[in-house]
Amino acid sequence: MTGTSLKFTSRQIPAVLLALLLVVSLLAPVLPLQDPLLMDTAARFAAPSGAHLFGQDEFGRDILVRLIFAIRNSLIVAFAAAILAGVIGTALGVMAGYSRGLTEMLAMRFIDIVLCFPPLLLAMLAVTLYGPGPVTLIPVLAIVFVPSFTRVAHASVLSVRSQDYVEAVRSMGASNARVMFSTILPNIAGPLIVQFSFTVAVTVVLESGLSFLGLGVLPPAPSLGLMIGTGRATLAQAPMLLVWPCAALTAMILILNAFCDDLRDRLDPKSSKIRGQ
Amino acid sequence: MSIAETTKKPGLSISGLNISFRNKDGWTSVVRNLGFDIAPGETVAIVGESGSGKSVTALSVLGLLPQQSTRIEGSIRLGDKELLSLSPKALKALRGNEIAMIFQEPMTSLNPTMCIGDQIAESIIAHRGISKAEAKVEAIRLMEKVHIPSAARRYGEYPHQFSGGMRQRVMIAIALACKPALLIADEPTTALDVTIQAQVLNLIKELQEEEGMAVLFITHDMGVVAEVADRMVVMYRGDVVEEGTTTEIFANARHPYTKALLSAVPQLGSMSGSSDPQPFAIYDINTGLAAEASVLKSTVDTSEILLDVKDLSVRFPVQQTILGKVTARVHAVENVSLTLARGETLAIVGESGSGKSTTGKLITGLLHPTAGKVEICGKPMRSDTRQSLSRSVQMIFQDPFASLNPRLTVGRAITEPLRIHKLATEKEQDEIAASLLTRVGLSPDIAKRYPHEFSGGQRQRICVARTLALKPSVIIADEAVSALDVSVKAQVVNLLLELQQEMQLGFIFISHDMAVVERISHRVAVMYLGEIVEIGPRAAIFSNPVHPYTRRLIEAVPVPDPSRRRDRHKIADSEIRSPVRPGDYVPPARSYREVSPGHLVQDAGPEWAA
Repeated sequence: MTGTSLKFTSRQIPAVLLALLLVVSLLAPVLPLQDPLLMDTAARFAAPSGAHLFGQDEFGRDILVRLIFAIRNSLIVAFAAAILAGVIGTALGVMAGYSRGLTEMLAMRFIDIVLCFPPLLLAMLAVTLYGPGPVTLIPVLAIVFVPSFTRVAHASVLSVRSQDYVEAVRSMGASNARVMFSTILPNIAGPLIVQFSFTVAVTVVLESGLSFLGLGVLPPAPSLGLMIGTGRATLAQAPMLLVWPCAALTAMILILNAFCDDLRDRLDPKSSKIRGQ
Repeated sequence: MSIAETTKKPGLSISGLNISFRNKDGWTSVVRNLGFDIAPGETVAIVGESGSGKSVTALSVLGLLPQQSTRIEGSIRLGDKELLSLSPKALKALRGNEIAMIFQEPMTSLNPTMCIGDQIAESIIAHRGISKAEAKVEAIRLMEKVHIPSAARRYGEYPHQFSGGMRQRVMIAIALACKPALLIADEPTTALDVTIQAQVLNLIKELQEEEGMAVLFITHDMGVVAEVADRMVVMYRGDVVEEGTTTEIFANARHPYTKALLSAVPQLGSMSGSSDPQPFAIYDINTGLAAEASVLKSTVDTSEILLDVKDLSVRFPVQQTILGKVTARVHAVENVSLTLARGETLAIVGESGSGKSTTGKLITGLLHPTAGKVEICGKPMRSDTRQSLSRSVQMIFQDPFASLNPRLTVGRAITEPLRIHKLATEKEQDEIAASLLTRVGLSPDIAKRYPHEFSGGQRQRICVARTLALKPSVIIADEAVSALDVSVKAQVVNLLLELQQEMQLGFIFISHDMAVVERISHRVAVMYLGEIVEIGPRAAIFSNPVHPYTRRLIEAVPVPDPSRRRDRHKIADSEIRSPVRPGDYVPPARSYREVSPGHLVQDAGPEWAA
């Protein structure tokens, strides 16, 4: 049983790294870090030093601190949007898949309509209407990702609902809500968790993309997309200004995907055993 | 085919076969020191329960075991070819050409996107390299040979248009496309209905006589062995425990395990003269001695009717026009009436499509009837009363691997009904789970483990424990023992009988297995295409079956006695008809006559004439 062993294995690396990311980004405001907005025009493009490990940017701000806060902003937006999308999308998908008939028709057609809009276009529309910033970004990104959760949940429910154990719970007199959320939901959690990981990763990219275009996080607040955007302009003088946020973005997505992959395996009670015939 | 040609075909000879699988702790031996020969034209059956290594042996002959994780020692010879030393390429050429295999699941072994005829023709072309047109002619000839009616017309049909039995015939046609020297049949009839099973066994025997091939038959069903095999090899956990001619072993088994296996086989007709159920005698696998079977007291109390079903019908639309007019319906259950008294077991028997499982679901309220009513302990089952009535009726399902939620521990699974009805605190639940586990013969310590860690028999016991949690008065067992090995089946049947003794439970026992039904039931209802064609006391039904369908059903049950093989020419190639009817179909009015007290028979319609 791998779950109970305390030995550090390579499988736990993503979990440890993600925990580190989360702790640092959550505690960023209380950690003894410099203000990410503090400018020091005398030290523009300064090379790494003891006080500024990654150097300073075009306004003399500490790059490491800005990266940490950028990751924090990214993760807040990504997780908030993914959780919102996951809850709404899954609920819709489970109800559609379980009740069939009219509910299914309405839910799935609604999803089809949402799917018609390209995500980036939808986000740009909302930002144009309501102005940029995280408060607009989170619900917009959530709406963009609701359909994928609904589709995954719907398809999984269709295969699980015909299983005998679902019939068994129904024959015991369980209510529909109980069957849907305490019997079916845990059994379709695997694909949904993978979908969640995927969504968080894609949301991070999308958020960065929108910020890069100036439609997401507003300067001077730090954001990976914004940093990449400004880093591009000063590529000739200070290439590392572009390299650091890109590397951070890539690493974050890799960690998220690896972690969720591993999580899916662990959540399955059968994974630690080879199934018999 | 002349005798000279027949003898040209090589036989199979296996000796000193050892097979091990690699797992994370090293090598596990799954077959040890296996050896037997099959002469051309001979049928050898490997008999054993799950985990005995019988299917692994078959796969090793075909060279289909994964090479990385398997170690095979010994010798498998087909004629003068040593199969174990052949290159993968040479083996590939051998498969299909000289060795063919048919599987248990005819549903999944055919390609659903290709028409039947092309699938047969494809394998002919692959192995014989003849032209498409010639292959088509040959394919139709093969389809006729395996008795597929109007073969030329059905050439272009797809697998989903074929019934299970017909699909198995197609599989056999594909297997025979290249006149193999050896046919391996791995549980070929297990998934089929009993009347269809008889036809397929018959077909295999007939083709074997014509082609003179060797047949390796893998099965767990002693009745089937008695029916087809010349010789048999009994395997138990990877070891051969007994080997000999079928007649000899059935007459005089020496090894305790063989004896235990044979005695656990339900025998039709072993119960005449008794009206109450009888437990199976359980034999010790090590000593071969029977444990004392307890004598059961009568449990039936006709003064209390637990279940009263009247004129129950359910129909499902399967085809609609764009305006919503139904053009075809499944008449799944049609005018079914039955009653169940306290402590009584009513068996519902029938083949696929007979509506027996649907009847069970209607009684539990899982489905809503189109017409008719279900009363449980005098209270009508309606959507508003289902919640409370579901406490009195519980259900056991066929597949113990599918009917337990993989994410609940055994203890939580057993007490789930209590939580649904909010009947016990967490602490009480643990106690109830422990006592129920003990009651069904399992250790209370397993409550913290997950279902996938248990075998089929143990899981079915867990399911039984779960149904008992609410102290129901009626238990519906839908093919509850059909998926279990014979010895485990006997134990679970005995457990059900004990529980009936103890709690005066009423059972609705839905099954296609006539021999088990004879053991367990007080009364029997025979269903065909959604209707009850015959219902009455068990003894009356089995000793005096009146309806033609009941007779056919009882005749089709394989007899576990090689000296009493059926006359094969008597078996008609009839298919089970479909309960799908046109939208305007009005079911004919049926009348029943009483043959003897309580024994009602539907007057056979014109379709039964002849």
